Order: sequence, then C-alpha cells, then structure tokens
Amino acid sequence: MFTAQDYKKGQPRWCPGCGDHFFLASLHKALAEIGVAPKDIAVISGIGCSSRLPHYMATYGMNTIHGRAAAIATGAKVTNPKLDVWQVSGDGDGLAIGGNHFIHANRRNIDLNMILLNNRIYGLTKGQYSPTSPRGFVSKSSPYGTVEDPFRPAELCFGARGHFFARAVATDAPGTIEVLKAAREHKGASVCEILQNCVIFNNGTHDGVYDKAGRAKNAIYVRHGEKLVFGENSEFGLVQEGFGLKVVEIGKDGYTLDDILVHDAHCEDNTLQLKLALMGDGDGFPIALGVIRDVEAPTYNDAVTAQIEEVSAAKKYHNFAELLETNDIWEVK
Amino acid sequence: MAESLNIQELEQVVVRFSGDSGDGMQLAGNIFSTVSATVGNSISTFPDYPADIRAPQGSLTGVSGFQVHIGASKVYTPGDLCDVLVAMNAAAFKTQLRYAKPNATIIIDTDSFGPKDLEKAEFKTPDYIAEMGVDPDRVIACPLTTMVKDALADSGMDAKSILKCRNMFALGLVCWLFSRDLDVAFNFLREKFAKKPAIAEANIKVIQAGYDYGYNTHSSAMNVYRIESKTKVPGRYMDITGNKATAYGFIAAAEKAGLQLYLGSYPITPATDVLHELSKHKSLGVKTVQCEDEISGCASAVGASFAGALAVTSTSGPGICLKSEAMNLAVIMELPLVVLDVQRGGPATGLPTKSEQTDLLQVLFGRNGESPMPVIAALSPTDCFDAAYDASKMALEHMTPVVLLTDAFVANGSGAFKLPKLEEYPAIQPPYVPEELRGQWTPYMRAENGTRYWAVPGREGFEHILGGLEKDNKTGAISTNPENHDLMTRLRAEKVAKIQVPDLEVEGDKDDADLLIVGFGSTYGHLHAAMDELRGKGNKIALAQFRYLNPLPANTAEVLKKYPRVVVAEQNMGQLAAYLRMKVDNFTPAQFNQVKGQPFVVSELVEAFKQLIF
Repeated sequence: MFTAQDYKKGQPRWCPGCGDHFFLASLHKALAEIGVAPKDIAVISGIGCSSRLPHYMATYGMNTIHGRAAAIATGAKVTNPKLDVWQVSGDGDGLAIGGNHFIHANRRNIDLNMILLNNRIYGLTKGQYSPTSPRGFVSKSSPYGTVEDPFRPAELCFGARGHFFARAVATDAPGTIEVLKAAREHKGASVCEILQNCVIFNNGTHDGVYDKAGRAKNAIYVRHGEKLVFGENSEFGLVQEGFGLKVVEIGKDGYTLDDILVHDAHCEDNTLQLKLALMGDGDGFPIALGVIRDVEAPTYNDAVTAQIEEVSAAKKYHNFAELLETNDIWEVK
Repeated sequence: MAESLNIQELEQVVVRFSGDSGDGMQLAGNIFSTVSATVGNSISTFPDYPADIRAPQGSLTGVSGFQVHIGASKVYTPGDLCDVLVAMNAAAFKTQLRYAKPNATIIIDTDSFGPKDLEKAEFKTPDYIAEMGVDPDRVIACPLTTMVKDALADSGMDAKSILKCRNMFALGLVCWLFSRDLDVAFNFLREKFAKKPAIAEANIKVIQAGYDYGYNTHSSAMNVYRIESKTKVPGRYMDITGNKATAYGFIAAAEKAGLQLYLGSYPITPATDVLHELSKHKSLGVKTVQCEDEISGCASAVGASFAGALAVTSTSGPGICLKSEAMNLAVIMELPLVVLDVQRGGPATGLPTKSEQTDLLQVLFGRNGESPMPVIAALSPTDCFDAAYDASKMALEHMTPVVLLTDAFVANGSGAFKLPKLEEYPAIQPPYVPEELRGQWTPYMRAENGTRYWAVPGREGFEHILGGLEKDNKTGAISTNPENHDLMTRLRAEKVAKIQVPDLEVEGDKDDADLLIVGFGSTYGHLHAAMDELRGKGNKIALAQFRYLNPLPANTAEVLKKYPRVVVAEQNMGQLAAYLRMKVDNFTPAQFNQVKGQPFVVSELVEAFKQLIF
C-alpha cells in the first residue's frame, strides 16, 4: 500500500498561493488512494507553469514541449497500455497550441487521465490572455480587452466525442480527489478541468467558487444518480424547462424535490450534461463541479491490442523470417 | 513495316510502360521485372507518376510511367532512355517519347488514337507518328483494345472490367519481345488474385493473347531479344520497393532488439507506403498510429520510445519541418527514435511525387539550439532495408534520434532483394540501466561511450522525469547553470561524434583516379553507372558515395584530399559540398547540381564529368 509521500518528490517552485500547489497535493493523495505503484505511472506534461508538475512526482514522467503532451502520452499509452498515464496541461498548453491533440485524444478515446489546469491566463510568459480568457479580458497582449470568445473546455471535449468530463476547484481537496479517482476509474480519455487561480497575473478569476463559502452559494456538486440540488441548505434545484435548465427554489412556486432532475453521468446523449457543464458563466446558474459525464466506450488502446490478437490468430506469419515467405520469391541457382 | 525477325543478344534493356494513371502500368511493369528477375537478370525499376490521383482520361497531365531496366550483369539505375516504349494512348505517346531512345521500339494501342484522343493529347494532324518524327518501322501499332475485347468476349465480364486487362496485353507483347517465360507471370497473377480466380484467368488469357499476337505477326517487329544472366548470385529473391524495404528493416530491427515496433505517422507522399506496409503487420505486433498531424506523428513516437518501443516516425517534404520540434525533444531527452525522411521536391508542397536530395542540411542542422543528430542515407531501394536496420540499431544503442534519408526515387523504385537472414545481422543491445546502479542511478549517467542509460517505465526503483528543459548532469533536475549547460551540450555532441561508422569506400580507380566523384544516398546507381562508362572509355575515375552523413566516416578527409580533382554531384544546389567544405579544411570540389525532380541522367553526368578531366 502507498501513501501520498510515495508519489512526492522535490520542492515545487510555483508562486506561493498558486492553485497548482493545492492540485498537486490532491493528486498525491488521490494516487495513494488509487494505489497504483509509482513505477507503473507516467505523468506527461507540456510547457507552462502547471506543466512543471511531473518534476514533483516520484513516478516516471516527462515535462515535454509546448502543446504536445496529449500526443506524447498517446504514444506511451499505445505502446504500454498497462502504464497509468496522466497528462497534465494548462489552458494555453492544452487548448491553444495543443488544441488539435486535445480533441483527437478525446475522439480516439485513448485511456489517458487528462488534467486541464485552467487559470485563464498565460502565467509562465507573464500574463497574456489565453483561449479560456473571457471576451474583453485585459492583459499585456490585450491592453484594450480581447475581441475574441473563449473556448469552454467541456464544449471542446463533447464536440470531440469525449466520454468523460469532470470539474473541480484546485482548493477543494475532497472534490479534486473525487474527480481524479473517477477519471482513473474511467476507461478512456478522461478530462478533468481544474479551476485554478493565478495569484500573479489573473488573481481572483475563480473567486466565486474558490473558497468553501463561495462554492456553497455558487456551485453545484453533481453526482450520478443524485438530485441536482445546491445552496447552503440544498434549498435550490435544477429542473428542465423547454429546451433548457432552470433554477428553482424547492417548496416555492409549486416545485417539490420530486421535480428536481436526477443527474445521469452515464447517459450516452450528452445534451443535458453539456448544459450542466456550461452553467455558471454569469448566467444565474451555479458552476457544476464533480463528474458531469462518464460514459463507457471502447478505448483506442484496448482496440489496438484486440486487433493485434485477432489478426495474429488469423495470419500465418509471426516473425520476420515468416513475413519474408509471404512474398513472391524466386530462386536463382 | 519491317519483314525480318532477328534474335538479338542484349546486355541490357530498358522498357517503359506508360498510359493513364488508371491503366495499370505499374502492375504490368512489376510483373515484367519479376519475370526477368526470375531468370537471374538484374533489375531496377522506377515509377514516374503525376500528383493528380486521376487526371482527366487521356489528358497530357494524367500520364504515368513505369520504367524497368533489366540486365545480364548488374544494373545500377532504372536506365536513362528506354529501348521499348509502351504507350497506351495518344497522351502517353506524346509525353513519353522524350524518354525513348531514337531507335526504340514503340508499342501503341491504335484504338486510343481516335480523333478525340488526338485532340486531348494536342496533336495537330491525324498522322501522329509523323508528327512526332518517329520512323513508322519502329512502331508496333495494334488495335489493342479491340483484341482484348475479342479475347474476353465470352468471359461474361462487363466492359469496364475487360478494359482493365489492356495492360496485360501490352505485357504479353513485351514478354514475347524478350522471350520471357509466361508461366512466371501466370503464377504471379494467380497469387495476386487468389481470391478472385476469374480475374486472374482473364488477365492470363489476355497476356497469352498479347504474346500470341507478337508471335503470329512478328512481321511488325524488328527484333526479338534475349538477355542472358551473367552475374548470378545464387539465392532466394523477391522484388522490393525502397519503402517496403525500409518497413522491413524496421520490423527486422525491432525483432532483433526484442522490442515492440511503433510507427507514428501522417499520410504524405511519397512516404505513405511505409505506413501502409507497417499497418499490415499486426501479427508481428507492430503498432501504427495514423496521427492527427505530422507533429503528433513524431511526438507520439517520442512517447512510445519513452515507454520502451523501437519508435519510428515517417514523413516527407514539409512534414520534416513540422517534426523538428519533437525531434529536438528526443535530442535533449536522449531517447531512441528513427525519423524517416523520404525526400521530395520542395520548398513547401513543391513537387510531391518527384525526387530530390534537398533536405540534407535541414536534417543535419535545421533545429533550434545545438542539436546533433546522426543521419544515414540509403543508397538504393534494396539498401533501404540495411539502412533502416542500421538507423534503428544506432538509435537504440546510442539513445539518440537518427534521421534516415531516402527519397522518392529509391522509395518507389525497386530491385531484386536477396532474402536476408536475421541471424546474420548484428545484435542490437540498448543500454538498459545495469541493475548494480540501483539506488545511485540518475537519468544522465552515461555508459563508457557517452550514452545515457535507458530505464523503461514499469521498472521499480528507476522512476525518473525527463523533459525538454536542460537538466543537471549529475542529479537530472532542471538546471540553468551556465557551466552545466555548456557541459551537457558538449556531452550530447560527443555522444553522437563517437558513434562508429564504417570507412568511406572508394570504388573504381581508387589508387590513381584523375577524378573522384562524390555523392550521397540514392544517386549511387547513376554515379556508379557514369563512372563505369567513363572508365570503359579509358578514363581513371573513382567514386565515393556517402551513406553515413553524421558522423562522417573517419577517413573522409583522407579520401577527399587524395585525388587531383573531386566533383560533388547531388540533386540539390550543393548541400553536401557545403557540408564537406565545412568539415574538411581546404576542400574545394567542383560541383554538379541538378534539381529537376527526376533522377540523374547517366549520359549527362558523363558529359559533365568529361569536362572536368580534360
């Protein structure tokens, strides 16, 4: 059995108060609870503040090049499906320069645990807007505000036919550990969006949910099979109205607990899951935390292994010498 | 037309099959080369196809050709100009005549020379033979399509399927012209169409019809030829293209090293056939991922390498630009990786189906930072096997990315490949971390030859983090220490510089040549043929062809300085010459540079080299 200490290495160099510290501690704890030996884990990141993470892991790992973590992780997982692969990226690394690899890893359904540490800013290059910064965001590279809309990670994941999407706040250790364990449990690409604060360049970006009191007001914890209720005393709930969702107060306007939607993370149709995932953008809805989508589907790496077994059984050649014999051969005497 | 029939002994002959892209010229050519190789002739082939998949039928841009050179003794190239040209339509006749010798025999299908065909091929007069200035006595003009339809009238096949057999009639005619044994062709077709025996038999019937047509109406031909094999090397052979040989080399190396083979690739002409070939061989455990882009092709291979595979990525043209970043990651992480660059015409999309040697300086130097990387260039289609094996062995044993350079010419060309015996190939032994280093090992500890050790995930006690940031030589932690970076830069360079490669071989008049021809990679055959021709005329000529570009062979300077004149001949604007001038003091060679997207023409080389001797 392992403890969090068994996965820990070195002294993190992130700024004091950076959300990455909190996330790292939760990852160590989650791995200990999962119990996979450090020798069987590979943590693969790209470039950026959050991509420094592998250096603080006593596992195998690589801190690679900007944007390519998902592609590199794909090669590692396909080569050795027994390896527990954690791919760690920030919003710039994963969704800007690495956007193509992000969507294709989801589409192929490679069994990767894909961590997206979203602070809506480029930290390592000292404060430029990222693909998740809101329209009008003022930064060093957008002194008059951005004139572009951001990506919403869940939309990209779902649009790429992703089968797992979860969200947690970096400072919320139990919530983070819960989604990490669920991501590990899920076979296939598992995207975990971690809302993480950059104290230097984008301080307060997730303020509404960054502490416990804020989450009580502004977040909803979603769990498969449970009612979608929230509020300090669980006094609010979500109901479906027309093509959309609606926040209601239980016991008011004729709404009872029976009217409240039950979360179905396993539903193949992602329509309502997407609605949950997109809530909370200043729209009067709470931000959804927890496992929003978790649907079983064949993984790429399992399919590759199965195809090799299937073709091996059908073909008559299994080594190089036998391969040569499958050609048209002539003999010169 | 001529009346007599002569049987003529030939030393060598070049046949070019040409027609629409969909006319099956490559299959006809392949069968002809196999039939010839079976009797021990030396063979070399080269397909010449347009970038369009199916240009409009009968148009000048849609013509594709397949050239076969067969010889009694060793042939080094697919030949400059052909002795026999098969032109399946007017457009082929018009565009391919330039590849025919003035006295070549030309076989045409008169059914494809109607008014519309002539118009599409932009002929101005109905007398197309005269318009092209061809002696009608050299032309075997036959209503080929009609005869194929007649031969298959009772077959029950539809008109479209019948027309697909036209290539076999031409093949039958050529087989008759060169006294070839049809049984070999028949067996080839029966195996190729094992699942469609009716198709096989239809093709066979048409080949026989073509052969019989030649036999019965030999009045229309001038000569029948025989090519007796003189330099037979006994053994078992197969016909193999460079791309297939490359794929086989990777398979062989992975098996020898006891490793899984991983290919990360993105389709790109003319490298795609390597992806196709490796994708077939799941029963050998080969894993291929057709990635979302070139970047991912290389990046995923780096991941595969980290996880313990023989990792390969294949590309061409602009693909090599996109892979540069991940190649550099393998440099700094010191992981084994083979990068196959099947060079094609550039820059940008350039000439996608044509051949050049224009990536040499890029693969040597085209990355950020100090980025030493071994480079190996294959000499011929069959040498691609050994080159791929060598590149894999070098990558795995020295923990470095290695570039394997081929090009469209060797990749698509083929030769008779003597079946290799894997047990005769050298062992491949990656430097896995020795068990005795447990407890004290750090990622950049080196073996005696300067190579970093390899610890593959899954091994307890050797967990470690690699990365694209510079690392401390002792601890393996991130380091920006100036002395350490300088040291690491030197260690990476020394590791590559210390790789042992065979000496540069000099062929021809190695002791007293007046002119040394220098080239690299795929031009070997043409340069060798040029040397042979010049020596045959009494000149003192030698040839040194580089296979190893980095590190260079230890005797490079010695060889280059030994001869009074040196010419560096390459299919670029002088990249090898520039590189050698940089590496060898006071080396000032003459240069022969051509960037036409086509193989060298031996006669042009001979003319150019003559100027240097006199």
